[in-house]
Amino acid sequence: MSAAEIEPGEAVHRGDPVTVDRYTVGARINHWITATCLVLLALSGLALFHPTLFFLTNLFGGGQATRAIHPWIGVVLFFSFAGLFLRFWRLNLWKGADTTWLVRLREVLGNRDNEDPDLVEIGKYNAGQKVVFWGMSVLIVVLISSGLAIWDQYFADYTTIEQKRLAVLVHSLAAIVIICVWIVHVYAAIWVRGTINAMTRGRVTGGWAWRHHRKWLRDLVTGKPAEPAE
Amino acid sequence: MFPPLPNPTTQPVPPKFGQQDLIRRSASTITPPATRQTEVAKLIDVSKCIGCKACQSACLEWNDLRQEVGFNHGVYDNPLDLTPEMFTVMRFTEWVNPDTQNLEWLIRKDGCMHCEDPGCLKACPAPGAIVQYSNGIVDFVHENCIGCGYCVKGCPFNIPRISKVDNKAYKCTLCSDRIAVGQGPACQKACPTQAIVFGTKEDMKTWADARIKDLKSRGFQNAGLYDPPGVSGTHVMYVLHHADKPEIYADLPANPRISPIVELWKGLTRYAGLTAMAAFAAVGVLHHLVMGPNRVTRDDEQNAKRLAEGPP
Repeated sequence: MSAAEIEPGEAVHRGDPVTVDRYTVGARINHWITATCLVLLALSGLALFHPTLFFLTNLFGGGQATRAIHPWIGVVLFFSFAGLFLRFWRLNLWKGADTTWLVRLREVLGNRDNEDPDLVEIGKYNAGQKVVFWGMSVLIVVLISSGLAIWDQYFADYTTIEQKRLAVLVHSLAAIVIICVWIVHVYAAIWVRGTINAMTRGRVTGGWAWRHHRKWLRDLVTGKPAEPAE
Repeated sequence: MFPPLPNPTTQPVPPKFGQQDLIRRSASTITPPATRQTEVAKLIDVSKCIGCKACQSACLEWNDLRQEVGFNHGVYDNPLDLTPEMFTVMRFTEWVNPDTQNLEWLIRKDGCMHCEDPGCLKACPAPGAIVQYSNGIVDFVHENCIGCGYCVKGCPFNIPRISKVDNKAYKCTLCSDRIAVGQGPACQKACPTQAIVFGTKEDMKTWADARIKDLKSRGFQNAGLYDPPGVSGTHVMYVLHHADKPEIYADLPANPRISPIVELWKGLTRYAGLTAMAAFAAVGVLHHLVMGPNRVTRDDEQNAKRLAEGPP
């Protein structure tokens, strides 16, 4: 068994049901700022990506306003996500067991009552969540760098036209991929019932932790004294 | 001498072309008119240009623009580059002909080429911000422009400039407002040597042929017309004394075309992108329909309770 994967602010509360604190209020606020930015960026970016979606510029006060505000939202997202990255990167480090889990993803998606230790003895994050985390991290760096290269209002003179062409292509490709990653992220949170509570109220039920992150639950129980429910 | 266009009447006349004559409209699907107007063109005979910049002055005058007074950079180019106010710039090149050792002063009037296949229009994401009329004129419609600068990336000639004042893109209009009432472009009207002539594209090609024949008879055996096929031809053409080396004219591209990167971005990426996003969403919906939600069971809660409370 590897070292306990627990973080400050996490705790198990006895009761019926058992509750487990998963995210601090700071992490949750940090997450929702990032989430809001990502949705706004997707909407404003898609508006300029395909003519059939140009009507989305109305949400931002017209084409000129959409063009002007999109990069600024990107800057906010970059720093907001940097906060999430610093909070979460350590527990998202890739382990050998994650590869096993990912190889057997079909079983995870298809057979919900599997009791195989490879699939249930999971730390705070499973391999799918780690893929989302690292995917977001890499793509956001690609998006902010290519985005700066085409932020012509302020930085037009710093890149050549040929570099801008490449940047705009890379930016749109990375945006497509990150939206797909986002769909996976949101769908997983919806499919696995009880998950959204972790990011809203900050806690999950003991049963949820047992079912999806059993190693994390065990570490919390053994690594820290369990506190009585309030 | 090319017969000058007659002076216009002082009576108001209806415009010769308008919305009904659009063959392309940025970020829009339109049905082009059944019949195309006669294509027009401006022919710039580089061999006849004396570099007086009357065309630049006339352009500022007609379009009611004032280029900020700049600095002398030690060259004749003034301003040094196209700007949101200056739609055309004379570019001066001192070139030593390796065959004759003669110093040749090449003066090229730079500006929008009004491509038959316009890269700016292809790149533009704002519906109706760039239009192409059936007579070949490519025009920017400023009330629809969002200032994103995609036209700059689409253009193979590096022509559009984004204004820092109103964040909109500007370039030569080919004086569409003058041509609509039967006049020629302001630069053409002002040119004292007929280095700029204007008419139907066919007439301009015929005129260019005579000019090229004349240049060849004077020893410029590579004289030719610049009407690049990579953008399906242009509605601003050059007569060059060295048509085999367009780059010597201040980097006039030898074979301009819309960048393959832009084609990829505006072509495959758009369709593949929307398809990928739709597919991911569809797979999610389908998975949920087939598998149902992944719910925590009573057993899970009991197990967690046992674990949390430890061995009895």
